[in-house]
Amino acid sequence: MSKEKFHKLVSPAVPIAVENIDTDQIIPARFLKATTREGFGDNLFRDWRYDGNNNPIAEFPLNNDAYTGKILVAGKNFGCGSSREHAAWAIYDYGFRVVVSSFFADIFKNNALNNAVLPVVVSDQFLNELLETIQRDPKTEVTVDLENQFISFNGKKEGFQINAYKKTCLMNGYDDIDYLLSLNKEIKEYDLTH
Amino acid sequence: MSQPKTIFEKIWDKHVVKRADGYPDAVFIDRHFIHEVTSPQAFDGLRKRSIGVFNVNRTTATADHNVPTKDQHLPIKEALSRHQVETLRKNCAEFGVELYDLGHPFQGIVHIIGPELGLTLPGMTIVCGDSHTSTHGAFGNVAFGIGTSEVEQVLATQCILQYKPKTMKIEINGKLGKGVVSKDIILYIISKISASGATGYFVEYAGDAIRSLSMEARMTICNMSIEMGARGGLIAPDETTFNYIKGRKFAPQGAAFDQAVEEWKKLRTDDGAKYDTVLTFDAADIAPMITYGTNPGMGMKVTDRIPTANELKELNEQVSFKKSLEYMGLEQGSQLLGKAIDYVFIGSCTNARIEDLREVAAMVKGKKKAAGVEVWVVPGSKQVQEQAKKEGLDKIFEAAGFELREPGCSACLGMNEDKIPAGKYCISTSNRNFEGRQGPKSRTFLASPLSAAAAAITGKVTDVREF
Ligand code: SF4
Repeated sequence: MSKEKFHKLVSPAVPIAVENIDTDQIIPARFLKATTREGFGDNLFRDWRYDGNNNPIAEFPLNNDAYTGKILVAGKNFGCGSSREHAAWAIYDYGFRVVVSSFFADIFKNNALNNAVLPVVVSDQFLNELLETIQRDPKTEVTVDLENQFISFNGKKEGFQINAYKKTCLMNGYDDIDYLLSLNKEIKEYDLTH
Repeated sequence: MSQPKTIFEKIWDKHVVKRADGYPDAVFIDRHFIHEVTSPQAFDGLRKRSIGVFNVNRTTATADHNVPTKDQHLPIKEALSRHQVETLRKNCAEFGVELYDLGHPFQGIVHIIGPELGLTLPGMTIVCGDSHTSTHGAFGNVAFGIGTSEVEQVLATQCILQYKPKTMKIEINGKLGKGVVSKDIILYIISKISASGATGYFVEYAGDAIRSLSMEARMTICNMSIEMGARGGLIAPDETTFNYIKGRKFAPQGAAFDQAVEEWKKLRTDDGAKYDTVLTFDAADIAPMITYGTNPGMGMKVTDRIPTANELKELNEQVSFKKSLEYMGLEQGSQLLGKAIDYVFIGSCTNARIEDLREVAAMVKGKKKAAGVEVWVVPGSKQVQEQAKKEGLDKIFEAAGFELREPGCSACLGMNEDKIPAGKYCISTSNRNFEGRQGPKSRTFLASPLSAAAAAITGKVTDVREF
């Protein structure tokens, strides 16, 4: 089944300068009761976005109108904790297509890639400069070029790694199951003999 | 001679169905566990593609994350939770998957029932849409958590596309001190290497301190591998493992069992095999542990002081650290020992096996919980619950003022109604102390079942060695 394709994105970015953001913060467990993939965006970062009376918390970047765009920039070790793919769905559903951090937890990284969200790993220094720049000037345009594997803003540029297979999948909107289904014969044989 | 291999590599390589240039490995999955929260969208995917489950005999389902722990025989009150469990029922019926539903004698937390039923065996590849799938690694297999898209892949093809992770050995040698149990070992390791210290790795735990542990204790350690970012963690099988498995419901029986044991004995790391990283710790350095912050890496010996922000190198780290302590309502440099607590949660796939309940019961027998403290004991499975009753543990808990509930994930993630109220402190035997994990604005101290039991009686953070 094809997914949204990703080539290049130029957009302002939203900074959340916190480290070790776990998936319980991205989407708290009590919102995991849905049986579809849609609608999680409303509850993205729910408990950081709203207080106990459901009033928006002004200081939180998602509630700050100055910050817009499809790129989320966050502190290191983003997406640790629970394997809930709902975290990636919430990020996608909210409208983000890229998350930039200096370090991602494994399962989140996979889940993001499987849902047309590109995790971009940058150096700590680049991350800090980027966070500071956006906080100073929220209009800063950030470019994320998947084909040429670089991210840039205000003339600063850094390359990023992505594995070739996942890159092809993202650029073409492929999904892992298509490939695995094509191995059906080999898998059946393995299943019978093991 | 072929090249020496680690146990992880042996199991992984054996399960690679296809290794093609430019693609991750297509890895065959022997055992797939599913539950109500991370499977509905995967079944929808199958329906959209008009395909079935590749091999239903390799798939087992249970309801655990979102179930009430009281009155399980009645319909679930909360509409969304009920709908999710009903969706699981419907999907399992439609696709022919075995479901251990509420009320079934085998129902329970997915990582507790697998080992208990002998579905979890050495040498297997095991996945589940849940990060604590690493628990099963205690039996010497490759077990790891996956996302829902991957659940769909495994349902559809019995395979998963994965790059082989790096390998790490964590060796713990020496004798454990008084009052120190496996939960303390793993909290200690995580406090040393941080919540991301093993990201990208598959861990093998070794050393005589690990060898001396029971299967239950080994599961607690492997369970929390994910809390340092690891893909999974395993322990090579030995006599302890084989004895645990023998006679379990779905394990090989009789001659088949003996034959299996011969194969399982080969599951060990060859001499000279290389790991990408090796870490060594001394068991004597480990003390009863407790966490003070909002990630599992923020742990310390129960007698230590919370660090101060100045002790951290980076500015960003300091900011996150301060945010964390503010959430917890704690002062830098202060001690947790003696801090009053409001709730005690003894449960979760980390520490809700029968052995955990026995340890707690032995400790609190004839004692009473402190006034004002609420204590929940939530067994990991129906079998654990029944066994506890058979052994009369329920009576001990009742006399102590502990509430023994019905099996499920419960306050480990606060998805059902078992939530710790805002601002309250809970000492918990679960695995995560994230903000809001046990309920919005709840505050969690992770600790061993012994430390939790001691705190229940004294009403405050207690050093079990002094208890
Ligand atoms: S007990 Fe907690 S950690 Fe374990 S499977 Fe349930 S929610 Fe996850």
